Amino acid sequence: MEPHEGQGKPHLPPPSLWPVGFAIGVVCILVGLIVSWAAVAVGAALTVVFGFLWVRDVTGDYRRRELPAPPTSAAAIPASEGEAATAPAEPERIDRNMFLEGATLGLGAVIAGVVTVPVVGFAIAPVFQHKHHHEVDLGPIENFKEGQFVISTFLLDPSEGEITRRTAYIRNNGFFQNKPSFTVLSNRCAHLGCPVQPNGPLFEKRKVEQPTKAGDVSLIPVLPAGGFGCPCHGGQYDQEGNRTAGPPVRALDRYEFYIRNGRLSLGKTYSVAKVVGAGASAQIHKYRLTGPGEHVDGWEQIFYPLQPPS
Amino acid sequence: MAKKSRKEQMMGVAQYPLDWLEERSGLIGGLKYFLFRNVPRDSDWWQTLGSATLTAFLVQLGTGVILAMYYKPNPNDAYESVQHITNDVTLGWLVRGMHRWGASVFIILLFFHMARVFLFGAYKYPRELNWIVGVLIVPLALLEGFSGYLLPYDQTAYWATVVGININGTAPILGPYLASFLRSGSEIGGDTLSRFYSIHMLLLPGAILGLIGLHLYLVVRLGVSSPPWSDEAAGRDRNEEPAAPGSGMVNPSARGVTRRPD
Repeated sequence: MEPHEGQGKPHLPPPSLWPVGFAIGVVCILVGLIVSWAAVAVGAALTVVFGFLWVRDVTGDYRRRELPAPPTSAAAIPASEGEAATAPAEPERIDRNMFLEGATLGLGAVIAGVVTVPVVGFAIAPVFQHKHHHEVDLGPIENFKEGQFVISTFLLDPSEGEITRRTAYIRNNGFFQNKPSFTVLSNRCAHLGCPVQPNGPLFEKRKVEQPTKAGDVSLIPVLPAGGFGCPCHGGQYDQEGNRTAGPPVRALDRYEFYIRNGRLSLGKTYSVAKVVGAGASAQIHKYRLTGPGEHVDGWEQIFYPLQPPS
Repeated sequence: MAKKSRKEQMMGVAQYPLDWLEERSGLIGGLKYFLFRNVPRDSDWWQTLGSATLTAFLVQLGTGVILAMYYKPNPNDAYESVQHITNDVTLGWLVRGMHRWGASVFIILLFFHMARVFLFGAYKYPRELNWIVGVLIVPLALLEGFSGYLLPYDQTAYWATVVGININGTAPILGPYLASFLRSGSEIGGDTLSRFYSIHMLLLPGAILGLIGLHLYLVVRLGVSSPPWSDEAAGRDRNEEPAAPGSGMVNPSARGVTRRPD
């Protein structure tokens, strides 16, 4: 907007109350996202109506300004009055300049696209790639005494090194319907991913360093009498991984497990909404692995309809 | 013919290369145009917060370049290389300290500058766009802080980044994808660190530099606003004095100087 000619004052839109309504509408939407969809609808309606009024107010000056009279076209002037019989306007055609301009811009866009698309794809590709999961061998099941939690740390992917070192809390539940049963809790807090710690004594003297093909697995017996707790923001879990207090949105994640030749081996990680019961007979409400802080059940799950492959 | 005084001779020697450069590039005139601008008579120390912020950013650029000469962005070496910088490299502790504390100084000055502009009403017509450009710089600067925090790769850095990425992951709809992008996959690994390093030292500084350029262009074009208590009208005309002889200006009108619209 250019200032009016010969006027010292800068151009300012006239004062308007509509932005207040607009702001209330936006707040209503944001509150509604947490509280209820009806509030979102009301907020959206307010926002649209007041936004429209505001824009109308602000642009009023512009729209009231008289448009310059459109240039009179040749056809409007009778040939007898205009310059004697101008030749009828030629049909518009693309001349050489237009063609060259278009060709240059078009070719430039193609070149830019050819360069940009692979580069951007390269940057975001890992998001869409499935990661191959290795099974992790934790050694013979004799290392896991029945009813005893063990802090097991192992390399998830030995080729990537120490950065993939993970911890699981594993309890041998004995046999259930003639099959061995284990509770394998991931130590990743379901709030924001800090490592949860056992609330109870560690038995460092009974620590076992179990060599495996994928590096040493360390096993430390522990008695998490008070369940597990997260040092970051105080989330608390019971021995089944159910949330008992604090900000986590669900229970602790778990590992699938297999027994191969008498050795315990861990598979994929999965998320758990909650666990009913305990030990071998527990009912685990299992979901595919999702990030910490994301709801897997309840109405909040609608916030996370899309999940990248894991 | 009067012999030139020694002083005049010296001046001539100094002036010649400048004139040479100006005639062929217009750079001297451009620099003068940029530096010797009229500002309102009653502008004071508050108006220096912007250039203070710029200085803090330039310090970050300079120290960051030097740190990059010693830093090794892979999970096995990152922590050790930072310890090496701090303990072994001559004055490494100083450069790292400047970069580390300078980061806070930059952010703090940024917000002081923003507060000054807001309280002085300097975001009003015709400077709205400059406010918008500045507002775009703020999140980029904060992202610099977030991405730089991981690089020392100690326990604090690692877990703060885990939590930071997972907070991004809880954003509705695309949050999980954003977290996956930042992690470079479903798990934090070696690629995460180099990704943060690249974002921290290439992507974001480039974007901030571009926006700072735009910001300064608008400052020069629109001039400095008077403080709200000023009696003078905002935005007086620039003094367009004719070029002094020998000042190196070949043809001031040919410099493509655009005047303020008012």
